[in-house]
Order: sequence, then structure tokens, then C-alpha cells
Amino acid sequence: MTFDYSILDDTERITFALRELYLSRGYSRYKMSKFEEYDLYARHKDFLVSDAVITFTDTNGKLLALKPDVTLSIIKNNQDEPEGVRKLCYNENVYRVSKGTNSFKELMQMGLECMGAVDGACISEVLQLAAETLKVLSTSFVLEVSDLDILSAFTEDLTEDSAEMSGILRCIQEKNFHGLTELLEKNGTSREKTDALIAVLRTAGSPEEVLPKLETLCAGVPRAAEAVERLEEALGVFWGTPFLPSVEIDLSSAADMNYYNGVVFRGYIDGVPESVLSGGQYDVLMRKMGRKSGAIGFAVYLDLLERITLPEE
Amino acid sequence: MDKMLNIALPKGRLGEKVYAMFAEAGFPCPQILENSRKLIFENPEAGVRYFWVKPSDVAIYVERGAADVGVAGKDILLEYRPEVYELLDMKCGACRMAVAAPKGYQDDRIRTLRVATKFTEIAKDYYASLGRDIELIHLNGSIELAPILGLSDVIVDIVETGTTLKENNLEVISTIVPITARLIANRASYKFRKREIMKLQEGLSALVSAE
Repeated sequence: MTFDYSILDDTERITFALRELYLSRGYSRYKMSKFEEYDLYARHKDFLVSDAVITFTDTNGKLLALKPDVTLSIIKNNQDEPEGVRKLCYNENVYRVSKGTNSFKELMQMGLECMGAVDGACISEVLQLAAETLKVLSTSFVLEVSDLDILSAFTEDLTEDSAEMSGILRCIQEKNFHGLTELLEKNGTSREKTDALIAVLRTAGSPEEVLPKLETLCAGVPRAAEAVERLEEALGVFWGTPFLPSVEIDLSSAADMNYYNGVVFRGYIDGVPESVLSGGQYDVLMRKMGRKSGAIGFAVYLDLLERITLPEE
Repeated sequence: MDKMLNIALPKGRLGEKVYAMFAEAGFPCPQILENSRKLIFENPEAGVRYFWVKPSDVAIYVERGAADVGVAGKDILLEYRPEVYELLDMKCGACRMAVAAPKGYQDDRIRTLRVATKFTEIAKDYYASLGRDIELIHLNGSIELAPILGLSDVIVDIVETGTTLKENNLEVISTIVPITARLIANRASYKFRKREIMKLQEGLSALVSAE
């Protein structure tokens, strides 16, 4: 069967281009059912982008849900990989509440997951694939990389109170350093500790610039220093490649530490006001779901690409 | 490609004051001061485009990327929780979010408290933190009228000088949070226009700390 490629619309072109990219790197396609038992989402509610889920009762009386998320299903349906890494890619519709309209929407999501003995090389590979994915979408993109192990080394003993901690994380994500200073002053954190945290958060920029600075700033904090070393190793894959100018370290780009750990990242393309790609290591979620191995993955939100013009090819 | 920095300013006195600070920080656009009905003002030399929007809409323009940066009150940020960067406390337009009630009002914890406000999220969060059951009444203006007519027990609103409250025989019974204007930026714009936005942030920050 042959046909004229020009009949493909943008979403189809992206889907095919990305699928080809992932398959060529040894990822196998993973297709899943549209429904999942509601219980799965009730147990891991905070992992979901929005906690509203479309539910219905199956013929046997079981409460089912239309998938609001793909990662949870993949973990649930795959046992631990004792050796090596299981590499999967998917292309699925998910059902979520969109912020603007406050009603349910069907969104197309593409992504990949690695589960098993995730090592430095595997993290590098996923980061590189994230950058290559962004390049398919736009000639002008930024891959923003952060490391939660560095961040948590500076934030873990700030407070015991979870509401206060989420306030602190919110300030960090908003780059709201005046608000952060105020919060920490109120809870009695020492000035030196606050300054050390803010200094680390402020060192955003290109890896060549930021990594040496982070090494100096984290020298006295062994856990953070180790994490910086690992991050440096993971980003090594970009050295001497045309991707390097598009990669940025920004530790204020935090994710929920109840699920994620280590390297996390977001992708932005010029012309779309929010991140179109997000991912990271989620060993913590794996533990919560009774898995021993590590995991890393990312997702691309294809619905956000509706209004941009794609690069030729 | 459009390479001007788009800036959304809140219409009104605060916006004019904020514009003066932006101009001093190296982003002038003199025609904005001419009295006209234009909505958009450009200065290609300085690489800026300004527009006036309703103060409560600034956050939406910035969150959705129509503006790269803007100035919005902390009240708006707390109410709508837009996903933006909050880069600087501009320390101007100071006021506070407060609970007010008729003079001599005694809270009766046995009954559900009726709260009239324009800021339903802030009111909800505040009373949730106190563990208090409330009935929210969302109003769009003249909030002070509600307790006078018995529509609500208390109001949650912005208090600047307190004159309106006094003239209507109301008084502040507690302050929820102090409010000032904040410099906000779109998260994607911050990645792609970093140099200009940092220059603006540093310029404004120097002005704020000099005051």
C-alpha cells in the first residue's frame, strides 16, 4: 500500500516521526486498554495531574475509570525486570480536566518508559531522546533539567509540616525567592541555610556554566555533591553535540518528591506557553507500587501543539 | 519572528506607577503617556510592547503567553493560582486581604459563617486553615453592602485605607495576608527571552531596594 504523505495532518506526522524515533532506539510499542480499575487512581491520586477521573460501573459491578494517566497502568501491568531494562513507548488518549474549561477533555499523549536496572547510561539515553523529540517539534526548544536529589538535600530538614513544605516547594517552582525567604524566616530556618538554598536555585543556565558553580555550592553537602556528579555524568551525552545550547539546568523546576527522585526534566518549545514534555526518574512511585527496580520516562502532550507550525521534513 | 518583549500592565494608577519603574529600568515607551484610546504601545528601539489590561486579567495574559511578563497583585495570584514565575515583589500598591464585619460583631461558632467575597479561593483557603465551616457568597462588587443588608455575616475583601469600611460602619476583624504588586513571567517566555527578562528583573529589583 502506498499513499501520499501530504495527506497526514500535523498530529499524525508527529506521531509517526516520534514512533519511528523510539522504535529505532529499541523501544517496543505498548498498547493498553482504555479502562483501568478506579482503585488504582484512588491510591495514587496525587500522582495525577488533576485528581478528577471519569468513572463508570462495569457489567460485573466493578468501578472502572477512563485512563487519566499512562505511567500507572504500565507499572501495574509489568513485573520487575530482574536483569536489563524494559523499554516501552506508547501513544494513548488520556482523559483529564483541562484547567481553562474545568471540564473533561480527551488528550493525546505520547511517551516512553524505561523500567529495570536504570543506570547513568539509561538516564542519558532518555534525556537525549527527550531532546530529539523536542527537535522533531520545533527548531527552537529548551530542555530544562533538574535533579531532585540535589534539591532535597537542601530542603529535607526545613520543616516537618507537609502543608508548609508544599508552600516552600510552590515558591521554589515559581522562582518566588522573596516569598521563600519570608516563609523560611517565619519557620525559624537559619539565614545561612536559606541563602544556601536560594544560591543553588539561582544558578540556572547552561550546563557548562552551572555545573562548576553547583560543585562549589554543594561541596559541603555530601548527598548533593554526589547528585551533582551523577547529573554531570547524565548530561555528558550532550557534550559536543548541537543539542548542548538547548539544554539548561534549572533546579527550581521541581516535581512532586512523593513520586519522583533524581533527574527530572521539562521541554519547552518557542510559541507554546507551557511545557510540552515532562518526565523524570520515578523510583519512589515504583516502591509505592511494590516494584524493586528503578524507572525513568517522559510524556509529550500532543494537544498543546495544535497552534504551532511544525518544522519541514 | 516577533522579538519584542510583551508586557501586560494593570490599567489604572498602579499601572502608571509601575510603567515609570519599567521605563527607568531600561524599557521606555514614551507614547504610552500620551492620552489616547490606543490599547497597544510599541517602542522598537527598546524592543518592548506594552498593553493595558484589566488588573485581574494580567495573570491570564501572562499564563497563556500573550504577554511575556506583567505586573499583578498578590491577591490575583492567590485567587487564580496561575502557573507563572513570580520574580519580584515590587513593594508598591500595598494593601491587605482582610475579614471585615459590622462594628461590634461577635462570631458565633455554632452557626455556619456566611462570607461574601470576590475572592472565593482565598476565603475558602483561609477558613479551611481555621477549620471553620462557611457558606460562600460570591459577589462581583460593592461587597461592603452584604453584611449591612444581612446577606452575609462577614466579608473578605481588599482593604487599602479602610475609609470605605468606616463610612459603612464596618471594621477589620482580622488580616489574612498583606498584598503588594508582583512581577510575573510566563514560564516558556522565561526560557526563550531570558536575557531581556533578567535585565528587567535586575533593573526593577535595584529600583525597589533603592526606595
